[in-house]
Amino acid sequence: MELVCPAGNLPSLKAAVDNGASAVYMGFRDDTNARHFAGLNFDDRRAEEGIDYARKKGVKVFVAINTYPQPAGWQRWQDAVDQAAALNVDALILADIGVMDYASKRWPEQRLHLSVQGSATSVEAINFYHQRFAIQRVVLPRVLSIKQVKQVAGESPVPIEVFGFGSLCVMVEGRCLLSSYVTGRSPNTYGACSPANAVSWNETPDGLETRLNNILIDRHGNGENAGYPTLCKGRFNVGGNTFYAIEEPTSLNTLELLPELQAVGVSAIKIEGRQRSPAYVARVTRVWREAIDRCTENPERYQADAEWLGVLEKLSEGSQTTLGAYHRPWQ
Amino acid sequence: MNKKPKLSLGPILYFWPREQVFSFYKSISETEVDIVYLGETVCSKRRQLKLDDWLELADMLQQAGKEVVLSTLTLLEAASELSTLRKICASSPYTIEANDMAAVQILSGKNAFVTGPSVNIYNPQTLAVLAEAGLKRWTLPVELGRETLTDMHASRPEGVETEVFAFGRLPLAYSARCFTARASNLPKDDCQFRCLDYPDGLMLRTRDYESFLVLNGIQTQSAKTQNLVASMDAFIELGIDVLRISPQSVNTGKVIDLFHRCRQGEISPAQAEAEIQPYLLSGECDGYWHEEAGMNLEVAPPQKNKPAPNEKKQECA
Repeated sequence: MELVCPAGNLPSLKAAVDNGASAVYMGFRDDTNARHFAGLNFDDRRAEEGIDYARKKGVKVFVAINTYPQPAGWQRWQDAVDQAAALNVDALILADIGVMDYASKRWPEQRLHLSVQGSATSVEAINFYHQRFAIQRVVLPRVLSIKQVKQVAGESPVPIEVFGFGSLCVMVEGRCLLSSYVTGRSPNTYGACSPANAVSWNETPDGLETRLNNILIDRHGNGENAGYPTLCKGRFNVGGNTFYAIEEPTSLNTLELLPELQAVGVSAIKIEGRQRSPAYVARVTRVWREAIDRCTENPERYQADAEWLGVLEKLSEGSQTTLGAYHRPWQ
Repeated sequence: MNKKPKLSLGPILYFWPREQVFSFYKSISETEVDIVYLGETVCSKRRQLKLDDWLELADMLQQAGKEVVLSTLTLLEAASELSTLRKICASSPYTIEANDMAAVQILSGKNAFVTGPSVNIYNPQTLAVLAEAGLKRWTLPVELGRETLTDMHASRPEGVETEVFAFGRLPLAYSARCFTARASNLPKDDCQFRCLDYPDGLMLRTRDYESFLVLNGIQTQSAKTQNLVASMDAFIELGIDVLRISPQSVNTGKVIDLFHRCRQGEISPAQAEAEIQPYLLSGECDGYWHEEAGMNLEVAPPQKNKPAPNEKKQECA
């Protein structure tokens, strides 16, 4: 199983490479990728440097161009595809049909992966992209149970990549518009969810309030840890009860599912977190490298090490982890 | 002058009892709506109606002069859901609305199809690929607005119609998790069909009691109703072919009637905007159409009892 790690910038890329990534994924410095955050991502020179560093250590480089261009911005996406192809990267991770159409015609030799933002959850959807654009891998949305992953992996014409660890999208990726409903910007259109420019923190007599474009996402009392107001991870009132009505601040962690994922034919594990620090990337990559190696050696005897779980838990949102949709009761 | 847009009634997004669905469509058959979308698009566990029941309704509506389209599931997870989709696509005498790329793939090169708002068509390049596959009508994704649509119409493939989600709570997200079951402390696999208790979804409020979102099983909607009737002139000018009205448990017929009279020029958009106010369930929005946050409201609020044509705020370009 390949370990695919996040490279938000050059130091993170090096951290991933040095700690055992099989591949790293990066984006350019604009809205053509789904981590369009200030200070993140690569210009041409940095990208070349990073690719060079990864290549020397036998690590592959993927470039994510996985947002949805509208006509006014189309040229940026086309340029990003050309730029990545010219850099001779190992794969482009694409979501939009138009972008895929362009890439497959202009750069027929270039390897293409279907991004999680492409929202393909079944073999029929995968077939669409495979038959038309010859995609060579699909990243599955975080909505399938382990049984359903097995079903898709068994029928898919191309290898499957799944998310192993990191921030958890509760909604099917590529079709969640909550962020643009509140702020005008979504992962699809802008490459960011709950963007920082819309966030405000206000100390009030009722506690510390976090708002997104003035919508109250949560209110934190004394001693409560106030996390970033991602809008699906706030507390809301439903039927008279105030609770995390959509999802708690938590991270996905599938370390204990590793033998099962391997057995159902998953070929690559993706680690989320291009927005995280190089230190985070280093620690998470190291744990997963060790886990995958141990699982490959002896899947029957594999067990998620308590120390690994401890490390990952500390690095998780709200210091807690979940198996997410892989585990039926979560649903 | 461009032709007037047709009116469509989108699929029922909620879970209503069988008898309610039948009587709803009986009443719809007597309205001025041109196109009716039928079928379950949100949750495969909602089985008050079987495929044969939907087909019976389809025949009834067709006899009443309506164009019928069969809508399909948006988020496919279980193998059984894919089987159902294949069965509908293989056996339907009616056009299919694809709400996922799986349906697009199944129908590609075989039957002409239409796409709903959850199929991501954000640029003319995508539109061209799908037109070649057999797309005959597409729905603008709800987060896109007038400028993007104008640009896309500049290179729209021949024979492809455009539909805009013009009235209803906005479908915003889909999940593996059922939020209605979660709010009742029930697992999805034993949801006890709680969605039946909420004919227009379950309100989610912020901690300062602002109506924010509506939980509809695995779907999340806006609490506010998107209402674009005030933009009727722009729709006609842009050559929009179809305006979609999304069913709600009350007053859907009255909403259809106002849209109809407005497109006919019997009432002004400002007057329609004013008269539609009592039928909005919990607030109004139109931000997406104006290239803003979806929850925003750009149209000027109508003055009560005194609607006048010049009341309408200028469309922002």
